Amino acid sequence: MERIRITYAKKEALRYTSNLDVHKIWERMLRRARLPLAYSQGFHPQPRINQAAPLPLGLTSQVEIVDIWLEDDLPLMDVSQAIVKTSPPGLELFQVALVDPHAPALPTIVRASEYQVTLLDPIDPAELEAKVTNLLTATSLVRERRGKTYDLRPLIEEVAIEPSSDGLPHLRIRLSMRENATGRPDEVLMALGLDPFAARIERSQLILEPSS
Amino acid sequence: MVASPIEIQSRLERVLLKVQKPGRYVGGEYNEVVKDWDSVQTHVALVFPDIYDIGLPNLGLAILYEVINQRPDALAERAYCPWTDMETEMRQAGIAMYSLESKHDICNFDILGFSLPYETLYTNTLNFLDLSGIPLFSSQRTVGDPLVIAGGHAAFNPEPMAPFIDAFVIGEGEEAMQEIVTAHQAWKAAGASRKDLLLRLAKIWGVYIPSFYEPYYNPDGTVSEIVKLEESAPDKVAKRLVAHLPPPPTHFLVPNVDVVHNRIAVEIMRGCTRGCRFCHAGMITRPVRERPIPEIVETIQQSLDNTGFEEVALLSLSSSDYTKIGELVDAVSARFVGKHLTISLPSLRIETASAELFEKLKGARQGGFTLAPEAATERMRNIINKPVSTEQLMETIRAIYSRGWSTIKLYFMIGHPAETLEDVQAIADLCKAVLREGRKILGNRATLHAGVSTFVPKPHTPFQWVPCDTVDQILAKQQLLKRALSGPGLKLNWTEPQDTLLEAWLSRGDRRMAQVVYAAWKHGARFDAWQEEDHYQDWMAAFAENNLDPEFYTHRRRFLDEVFPWEHLNIGVTKKFLTQDYTWSLEGKTRLDCRQKCFACGILPGFAELRRQNPGEVWKCPEVSRGRVNVLLPA
Repeated sequence: MERIRITYAKKEALRYTSNLDVHKIWERMLRRARLPLAYSQGFHPQPRINQAAPLPLGLTSQVEIVDIWLEDDLPLMDVSQAIVKTSPPGLELFQVALVDPHAPALPTIVRASEYQVTLLDPIDPAELEAKVTNLLTATSLVRERRGKTYDLRPLIEEVAIEPSSDGLPHLRIRLSMRENATGRPDEVLMALGLDPFAARIERSQLILEPSS
Repeated sequence: MVASPIEIQSRLERVLLKVQKPGRYVGGEYNEVVKDWDSVQTHVALVFPDIYDIGLPNLGLAILYEVINQRPDALAERAYCPWTDMETEMRQAGIAMYSLESKHDICNFDILGFSLPYETLYTNTLNFLDLSGIPLFSSQRTVGDPLVIAGGHAAFNPEPMAPFIDAFVIGEGEEAMQEIVTAHQAWKAAGASRKDLLLRLAKIWGVYIPSFYEPYYNPDGTVSEIVKLEESAPDKVAKRLVAHLPPPPTHFLVPNVDVVHNRIAVEIMRGCTRGCRFCHAGMITRPVRERPIPEIVETIQQSLDNTGFEEVALLSLSSSDYTKIGELVDAVSARFVGKHLTISLPSLRIETASAELFEKLKGARQGGFTLAPEAATERMRNIINKPVSTEQLMETIRAIYSRGWSTIKLYFMIGHPAETLEDVQAIADLCKAVLREGRKILGNRATLHAGVSTFVPKPHTPFQWVPCDTVDQILAKQQLLKRALSGPGLKLNWTEPQDTLLEAWLSRGDRRMAQVVYAAWKHGARFDAWQEEDHYQDWMAAFAENNLDPEFYTHRRRFLDEVFPWEHLNIGVTKKFLTQDYTWSLEGKTRLDCRQKCFACGILPGFAELRRQNPGEVWKCPEVSRGRVNVLLPA
């Protein structure tokens, strides 16, 4: 049994594929590659694939991480070559590494996530700056999502206006991503008084537990 | 409002997150073919006029997608109907229908090919044309508009869609589609009129140009005659058929979102020799052609490597009738069972051997077992020509439950000709008897699902003359079933009577029905196949505005010598044969499998030359020596 950690980008049309469906995409990719994917035991065997952190629908990502388990020990080079050939449009492989089979599960070591936001509509720079300052000086930002109220403020680690190269306003947002404490970038945009549908959001970093 | 692909992309970006399941509208699937737009002469958009989830797995379009994209001089891209939420967003944002592959506006394509497997897609087809900015009526299109073609099983009565479609393909599309693309290229090079294009297409075997024919009516509303308006068009359009099954598709699109069938579909056989009298497919897909076992096994292997799917479906109208079904199942199970793969073999006959076949394909994931007795009394089964004894059914049931399947699904239809309430009561009694057997074997684990749909008489079948049940008749029968079939272990599904009627008037509609389809769409009808959408009142208003009576189409028993609206199409099976089979049904006389003995349905003389070129086992028709040759094909 071999546990392999794969880092990849999720772009183009795949941004509209949910985490559940991404699971299927990985299963089918590995099956196309004829890699000996391990399955769980039991009446309904499931492929052993573990994603690090759910990505909200509609976002692209430069860093998605997934662990897969293979029945046989194969050279990493063979595995990565096989996957490159069978990956769908929009899925770009960056890194394939062996992981200690007993290392903690991926979702338990994620700490935070960073997003790059491109605003599709122009906005006065001073107004944007004021909005960001107001947001960061607030001590609490109570919001409602799916009928539940929560405080967004403690989940926000950083919001910064970035220099723009394409004439559109850019933001960098860093949000906590721990169990029961995960911030969504579209919620931050709404708290800023911006239209989340008029924004392009990309996950640029996943911050893992330092020891891992 | 023509937009460039880049403009379309950027407009889409702002609306996609506002709709359910945006993955339907973006393409980007594994095995998608994206060719350089300017590098090919002919751009074909293949359209399934329902949502992506239903359309993507459609095998017919998968075949055409591969066939066209294999040509270096053409490309095929896809489009599906947007669900109502997306339609609203598109109209608001000024987004016209676009192709999933290259995001080109649909109106920029040369050819638009609609798949019409069933009638409830008609209003969606109009809506799609409207969303594409293409004139709805063929007569209003000009040389710059795409050629609009359609095919599929519903196209065997094209009349309710006649004014909207430039050309129909009646029958099998693999070869006809190629010839249409080639004819389109020659026409484009000649720079001729739109009429000239239609004249060229009319020469292709299987192509029907509705504007070249005009129906006339009797005072009672029936068709008096169908007059041909163009000298060079055929008197009767013969259905297209391929002599033997071409290589099957192996590069199935792998969707990035969940769709209704996430699987590899392999057609193991086309056509059926059983002759169930209600069955449209069984009459229009003759003769029977089988795919050889090695080709099936190789197709599965290649498709698995190309897709990674977890499910394979071996499709045909009657799997048990595949000549070497035992050997096929052995070959498939030896190679593929136990690889986290579900292999399904639907349409099995009611016999104990079916349980054995199914067991060999059983993987780790075990579903239910489905059988279709269609009727519960032997009298009724003789009328519909599906003669199975109740004893044989019970034996099969025992074999299935005792092999460990706890759920059996039985499919029935109510509304067969000459059906009484006793026949309907018998459905309930039979279901309970089956469940009792199950409980003896498996105890309370045994369950039974009864799927009871309502029969809709279809054109080109021995039942094309019979009336469809009225709403009151259907309701009475369904009430009876709902009362009788309740309790633990029993589940009953049925079709809403109004959905049945909609299908019924469209199935045997004439060309005047097109105005009703148009008016219903204007009133807002669409997604007529969906329970979520109820447009019955829109349809009633449409009938009233056009001074037509839906009952004329649904509940009227046709005269034996009536001229049908589809009389100018020839499907090979003759009206003489269908008439005889209809009269036989009234006497409860059955016909056995026509592999054993030819009943002269008309296919062999109709396609005599094709048969001569493909003798012996290529078709499963027995050899017959006949002097009389009645050739359908133009020389």
